[in-house]
Amino acid sequence: MKVPHLLVHNKTDNVGVVVVEGVEVGQALFCVVTEDNSDFEITTNHDIPIGHKVALTDLKVGDTIIKYGEDIGKVVQDTSKGDHIHTHNLKTKRW
Amino acid sequence: MSELSSFWGYRRENSRVGVRNYVAILPVDDISNAACEAVANNIKGTIALPHAYGRLQFGEDLELHFRTIIGTGANPNVAACVVIGIEPGWTKHIVDGIAATGKPVVGFSIEQNGDIATIAKASHQAKEFVHLTSGHLREECDISELWVAAKCGESDTTTGLASCPAVGNMYDKWIPKGLYGCFSETTEITGAEHLCKARAISPEIGEKFMATWQAYQDEVIEPFKTSDLSDSQPTKGNILGGLTTIEEKALGNLAKIGKDVKYIDVLEPAEAPKQGPGLYFMDTSSAAAECNTLQAAAGYSVHCFPTGQGNIIGHPIMPVIKITGNPRTVRTMGEHIDVDVSGVVRREMTISDAGDALMECIIRTANGTMTCAEALGHREFVMTKLYRSA
Repeated sequence: MKVPHLLVHNKTDNVGVVVVEGVEVGQALFCVVTEDNSDFEITTNHDIPIGHKVALTDLKVGDTIIKYGEDIGKVVQDTSKGDHIHTHNLKTKRW
Repeated sequence: MSELSSFWGYRRENSRVGVRNYVAILPVDDISNAACEAVANNIKGTIALPHAYGRLQFGEDLELHFRTIIGTGANPNVAACVVIGIEPGWTKHIVDGIAATGKPVVGFSIEQNGDIATIAKASHQAKEFVHLTSGHLREECDISELWVAAKCGESDTTTGLASCPAVGNMYDKWIPKGLYGCFSETTEITGAEHLCKARAISPEIGEKFMATWQAYQDEVIEPFKTSDLSDSQPTKGNILGGLTTIEEKALGNLAKIGKDVKYIDVLEPAEAPKQGPGLYFMDTSSAAAECNTLQAAAGYSVHCFPTGQGNIIGHPIMPVIKITGNPRTVRTMGEHIDVDVSGVVRREMTISDAGDALMECIIRTANGTMTCAEALGHREFVMTKLYRSA
């Protein structure tokens, strides 16, 4: 099996995690869903550090980010498929 | 060995099995640290456990302090124990608590003796204990005699992909064989508390967990919070590693308890398990040294510590095994990593393979192989303080 650039926990997730170093803007990422080993490709809009998340779909302010098939917070800045997802555009709903 | 079903350990007087054979020099209080360190310097084969507290504590906070010190001395990784305190009353209380295990323990107090005379007497006693215990032989023990605690730190997104699931896989395989397990970190369950509640053995234990979790929210977070957990949950290191919210962190953290195993009770900090073999939840802070100290005081003899960005923690008497799934951490700080499961994120290794690699390392460690943290001299021993002293 090819080494993935990005892993997604669950089929319902709308973000994935970069698992290699040196991902650059415009790179086509080989993505694997760990739940069922299905794969797909996505092009990044930013340089993404290892461990950081990428949006798998376009997202609007107020949308829920799903990871592990669970709610991990809300979108606070409109975001496009392939964008870096982190503290600038994702916040907990809790506090 | 190939079946990962037994290890070689030290059988103690109370029938518990240790994986190390320390003569501990244990201070009752902060001002007795110097004498304990002097004794450990005089007598080779001993280890001092200095810490920050033990004076003018009262009520539940004092009970927790006593439980932590007594539990540490009582841990089966300790063969014998010298206790030093400033005055005889609390020193005797600690000695009596440890003596209940049947292991050799003697206390000394400093008031009206001074450091130098106390150090001389305690050094003679420590030397006798070294001769008494250093020849103990290991015996083969079933895996059900092993107590393995877990806590993660400097977590990142690989923690939830690889290193925490490896620990969970170990528990799924070994808890049914009679292992004692323990997970903790009351704060870091926040965001996954509904999933944690559902993993209790019964609705009653699930409610007991929720009451513990809610008490932390009400008694600590609500009175002291600023806009959030003030950059402590997630930590700066977590955020650098790609974690964004407490929910995301909690979901990765909870992967440590695997897919099948249920926890059978909820423990107070440093409380020894009383319901027999199985997985326990213990109410602790998520700060690594505090949590590990409480788990060791409850009697756990080996620790599994998944890390993403590279936490370097150890413990003075409980070997701490570091596991990472982050290939960059393996590359940049490999001297701290006992089990490399970065093959999981490359899809070269399954979670079950990672669990097996961890179990092999636990057996090696239990048999006597030193962990990275032991070789590097990490001996973090930190008391949990519930409120200001009198």
